[in-house]
Amino acid sequence: MRRIASLDWRASGSAPEPVIVRGARVLDPRAGIDAPHDIVVREGEIAELAAPGSAELEGAEVIEAEGLVAVPAFFDPHVHLRVPGREDKEDIETGTRAAAAGGYCGIIAMANTNPPVDTPGAIDSLRERARLDASVPVGFVATVTRGMRGEELTDMTELAAAGAVGFSDDGLPIRSARVMRRALQYQAIAGLQIALHEEDPELSGSGVMHEGEVSAAVGMAGIPSVSETVMILRDAALAGYEQARIHVQHLSAAESVEAVARAKEAGVRITCEATPHHLTLTDEAVRSLDARFKMNPPLRTEADRQALIEGLRSGVIDCIATDHAPHTRQEKEVPFEQAAMGVTGLETAFAVLYTDLVLPGVLPLELIVERLGAGAAAFGFEPPALKPGSEANLTLLDLERTWEAGADGWESRSVNSFAAGRELTGRVLVTIAGGEVAYRQRSFAMGVAQ
Amino acid sequence: MRHLLSIADLDRDEIERIMELADSFAEVGRRDIKKVPTLRGRTVVSLFYESSTRTSSSFELAVKRLSADLVSVKAAGSSVDKGESLRDTIATLSAYEPEAIVIRSPHAGAAQLVAQWTDAAVVNAGDGKHEHPSQALLDVYTLRERLGALDGKQVWIVGDVLHSRVARSTAQAFTKMGAAVTLCGPPPLIPRAAAEALGCAVTYDLSGLGEADVVYALRMQRERMAESFVPSLREYVANYQINERRLGARQLLMHPGPVNRGVELSDDVIEHPNSLITQQVRNGLFVRMAILYELLAGGERPRGAREQGAAEAAVSQPIGEPA
Repeated sequence: MRRIASLDWRASGSAPEPVIVRGARVLDPRAGIDAPHDIVVREGEIAELAAPGSAELEGAEVIEAEGLVAVPAFFDPHVHLRVPGREDKEDIETGTRAAAAGGYCGIIAMANTNPPVDTPGAIDSLRERARLDASVPVGFVATVTRGMRGEELTDMTELAAAGAVGFSDDGLPIRSARVMRRALQYQAIAGLQIALHEEDPELSGSGVMHEGEVSAAVGMAGIPSVSETVMILRDAALAGYEQARIHVQHLSAAESVEAVARAKEAGVRITCEATPHHLTLTDEAVRSLDARFKMNPPLRTEADRQALIEGLRSGVIDCIATDHAPHTRQEKEVPFEQAAMGVTGLETAFAVLYTDLVLPGVLPLELIVERLGAGAAAFGFEPPALKPGSEANLTLLDLERTWEAGADGWESRSVNSFAAGRELTGRVLVTIAGGEVAYRQRSFAMGVAQ
Repeated sequence: MRHLLSIADLDRDEIERIMELADSFAEVGRRDIKKVPTLRGRTVVSLFYESSTRTSSSFELAVKRLSADLVSVKAAGSSVDKGESLRDTIATLSAYEPEAIVIRSPHAGAAQLVAQWTDAAVVNAGDGKHEHPSQALLDVYTLRERLGALDGKQVWIVGDVLHSRVARSTAQAFTKMGAAVTLCGPPPLIPRAAAEALGCAVTYDLSGLGEADVVYALRMQRERMAESFVPSLREYVANYQINERRLGARQLLMHPGPVNRGVELSDDVIEHPNSLITQQVRNGLFVRMAILYELLAGGERPRGAREQGAAEAAVSQPIGEPA
């Protein structure tokens, strides 16, 4: 598996300064670590977990972290950076800054840009841009089909050679089963994950929200949950038939969790993700007709939300992804049906999950931390870890801190956060990516060792 | 009441208050001089993003009968046509400091957004397929006028419920006033979970129609065939048209207009003595006067038992010479 810091970012190729994180509770659920330690970071790796207060390293920046929790940093396999074409919503600099502020040490950017990322040249130029602007390592997927039109495959092997980290037409489903099958066949020589936005456009029609009791009450066209499920069933069957692997993006419906569970039992190489908003909100939020709750797939019912939580617990759902989708105010401050689909999520993902799932005792902190990093593995990257010898990807959390989402502004260029204005508990104070301090919360004091 | 955005926001008492006010304005409507000075000096903006005959004319006449000044903006030919956003349009019109904005929009929630952006009282004159509260209030008024009270009455709403803001508002208003509502239509045109969402019974055929005290037919748009909601208009007519054969002698008939003659209603029932369709239009004026009065002057009158009397007083002085 590849290391995350081998992706492109501002610190690509530079030698990071040593850092000591002193006295934090070190929590790495995958490695079974949960105890206070000094974390010594050297040459981009976790060099040592030492007894609290004991670590010394000349020239190291020391981060006093007593009372804080150090966890493996998060990895988001599903982010929209809007480059090229919609830099008014986000760009590589602002999007990766938002990621760092959310505790992420790496992200994967989707390809539904304007124009879509479907040529090796486009991958080259994005990678170059990331080496100038990105605060954390960022990988770029290329589209599965040329122009995202769903008709012809992109030059998948050449895109892989240019450094694409996967393929996805995210934003749109691959309507044709024939084209989907060809892409899966081609994966045998191109390698790389194929990430799928699963939706049958015929069934979704002009829908703008979940089809159910709330859509009946407010009179807006519904997107039935079966629109998602039938496509997952189709693509799981195709992947099984071609012995290919697929990653299902943003699961929203109970029946979809069931479909993925059955495919996994049948031996299909399938992974999937769920978003913080689908894990914490339902279509009841849409009764407000507030476009901050408009996204695709839509927020569904409490039964669907519970199925997603159960899927996360059982492991049917491999990871948490934000589907961070920035939009301008003009595209959101309009009636719901006219508003753009999507919400931002990088900067609030941990706090929303901690506040709504961990504090009420629904899911343990360990599980949330593990699933926030597990997206890396789905794309062939080493998931962040804190055991010595791992790449130094770590996030320092203050689990006592309460804050109002958005009150101090956002790192993202856009403000369409579903959590804006909410009082949240749990704040990211420092993010270290590949041994570099990628983010430090303003109020958090830092010093350098003698 | 600060705005009239949806029936879902109202309780029975608020609906009753509008009904009582509408009674007062109906009385004014029987006079020779039908105009009162109640809202003199106030400005009302009427902003219609969809074509409308009866709702816009009804609101505009209501404004004039109350002596308020009217600014009427239709989407066609306005800056809306030139791509101005709703928010900017509201900012522009707010410069006139209107006391009320009446808005019709093809999009659910438009009136609610406008209410966030302006100090004026906002009246939802229809937002997408969401709600049409003034229609529902005039429907309640019309039935109340005929039946005295709606408690225990059986109302069947028949037709394209899925695409009908009228059905959504009217079903809720009738239910709040004590009636039992049944929604009936072809399965693809009844929203999933409509029974739970709207507190109504749901059925897909007219076999039980005999139990209805009131039959409320909805407009059936011809384009629904193209979207395969119904196989054919002929088949729809065969299964769901309200005609003389289906409408019982004691059953009342309502329709929000405009009627597709020969589709949801046969010619003969439209003119039937039990048809309330013309009364609905007439009462629409009084109910909309009541709504504007309640929003613009309601806070000024004494609360409680003297309410009715105060409303009477407010409308008692006909316009004669300038004040």
